[in-house]
Amino acid sequence: MTDNKIIYLDNNATTKVDELVVEAMLPYFSQYYGNPSSMYELGGRNSKVVKEAREQIKEFFGAKSSKEIFFTASGSESANMAIRGVLSGDKSKNHIITTKVEHPCVLNVYKQLEKEGYSVTYAGVNASGEVNTDEIYNAVNEKTALVSCMYANNETGAIFPVKEIAEKVKEINPKTKVFVDAVQAAGKIELNVKDTMIDMMGISGHKFHAPKGIGALYVNSSTLITPLIIGGHQESGKRAGTENVPSIVGMAKAAQLSQEALLYESTEVKRLRDKLEKGLLSKIYNARLNSSAQKRVPNTTNIGFEYIEGELILLNMNDYGICASSGSACTSGSLDPSHVLKAMGVPFTALHGSIRFSLSRYTTEDEINYTLEKMPNIIEKLAKISPYQKELKELKERKGM
Amino acid sequence: MKTMWDYTEKVIDHYKNPRNVGSIEDADAIGEAGSLSCGDMLKLYLKVDKNGIITDAKFQTFGCGSAVASSSILTEMVIGKHIDEARKITNKQIVDALGGLPPEKMHCSVMGHEALEAAISNYYNEEITIPSDDEIVCHCFDISKTFLETEIKNNNLKTLEDVINYTKAGGACGRCHGKIKEILDNINKPQPKAEKLTNTQMIIKINNIIEKYISPELRKDGGDIELIDVDGNKIKVKLSGRCGVCNRSQLTLTHFVEATLKEHVDDNIEIIQV
Repeated sequence: MTDNKIIYLDNNATTKVDELVVEAMLPYFSQYYGNPSSMYELGGRNSKVVKEAREQIKEFFGAKSSKEIFFTASGSESANMAIRGVLSGDKSKNHIITTKVEHPCVLNVYKQLEKEGYSVTYAGVNASGEVNTDEIYNAVNEKTALVSCMYANNETGAIFPVKEIAEKVKEINPKTKVFVDAVQAAGKIELNVKDTMIDMMGISGHKFHAPKGIGALYVNSSTLITPLIIGGHQESGKRAGTENVPSIVGMAKAAQLSQEALLYESTEVKRLRDKLEKGLLSKIYNARLNSSAQKRVPNTTNIGFEYIEGELILLNMNDYGICASSGSACTSGSLDPSHVLKAMGVPFTALHGSIRFSLSRYTTEDEINYTLEKMPNIIEKLAKISPYQKELKELKERKGM
Repeated sequence: MKTMWDYTEKVIDHYKNPRNVGSIEDADAIGEAGSLSCGDMLKLYLKVDKNGIITDAKFQTFGCGSAVASSSILTEMVIGKHIDEARKITNKQIVDALGGLPPEKMHCSVMGHEALEAAISNYYNEEITIPSDDEIVCHCFDISKTFLETEIKNNNLKTLEDVINYTKAGGACGRCHGKIKEILDNINKPQPKAEKLTNTQMIIKINNIIEKYISPELRKDGGDIELIDVDGNKIKVKLSGRCGVCNRSQLTLTHFVEATLKEHVDDNIEIIQV
């Protein structure tokens, strides 16, 4: 790697913990380490700290009451707790509707529930990665227990109309519950859950500059869930386990900072993302924009480099300290390429060479310039190895480059 | 450099600075393996002189770091070799030359080997015959039963995971896992006992066992044994030396000679002293 530079453009995978967040957390390791359930002041004071954090996260969700907020250990736990929690409370219905492009932490729960006897409808997406909402509405019936749709897709950044989906679904069957996985929306756009008919919404701290291992679930007051983790009375009996006080404090601080930076996200981060996207598409002849969704989170772009494989691109980017991720099969451990890009019908020529760049409020103009300077050389070098020279030449000519 | 995969220095060197990249205009042999839709594809070009020596090799690969490294090192391995020598290169030798590959990446070496096979078949104008009873087992990656059987045997694969790592079969939707396990079981099941031996084979086998396991023991006591005749299961032997006059010779015959022959040759053997 050249001069140890790190250009971190993989913020949809995880984020750097904000230094102010670390600072806020530190006293809760060795100084104020008390158990919030304890009687004495060392513990009791932390009960107040957790309460304040819950209030902060309520603001972050834009919820009515902090009683609707439950702390969990991850986005995956939030999803499992919501889905299983609401289904086991109502055994009279056995139908679920979700999308083909959910995150595996949601999708695999439904695959498991299918084995347990549920029938699941998977709504598709169009070529831009926008969900076919009609497929959702047409599938709602009196047996539909749950409709589950992500707020923003992790790979393409496409924002789904979850507010509208919740309203339409409730019009058709008021008893159907709606869960929204908002892991990729939190910290990037306003959540404002109280202005929607959404029943449950999950988030994960490490996607918005809090540490890993902390998440939260919003459950509105009219929705009953049965707990996944049974034990003590913590989280109103909905999630046992001594509160992770340092991380809860950290996530609350991160939520506050993210909320303050939302305008910056939607202007400056978006400007840099657009600059990167336009630059790559104009400088590199085999670059193809995989998601041109009308509404996208401001930090994400997904670009396919045709006839080149993604892992090879990432390995070469790594040599310049540029971090991103790929929808290629070779990077996943599974041999299957991205289920999201496949559902969108991204052609095979670009599917395996797709790279997701995701920025954050820490991304600088210099970093984007550096990436734009290095990427064309990387792709040029790798294109020479490709067996598809004829096709690449045609692409080059078509783009007049 | 550390990445998600634990690649060896050699692999890193070869994907960073791949050797012999490109095509050969007037190649004497071209071999292909893999496909764009499956996520990796390799095209291998060979130049062969009139003596059958590979004088040049070039490759073009669409694939990950280890696919490029496998292709690159393969070209180095074949240059200078006689085409028939090159044919003996196995995918394991490609892996060894790279100092190893992560288990999940073994299929990259298999692809290299496949392309080499294809190029050599192309050189000899051999028709690649597909057995009429062949079937596609893995539809995601278009992998046939014959190919799987060959790779399972060549690489001594034991588990479903091995098969996925080496061939990619079953690595996507997983619907063929049952079928792959069936093929594995068929190949790895314990071999049934050999078919009935002819009399001559029986005599040779018994003599071998006598020489190897029985005589040495009897000689320690100053005796010996000689095979006289074989008649079906009935084995006629003659004890000699001190065994010939020992009053416990019958015990030796049943407990040692017969037991040893039963263990190594056939359960139904019956020893008759003449």
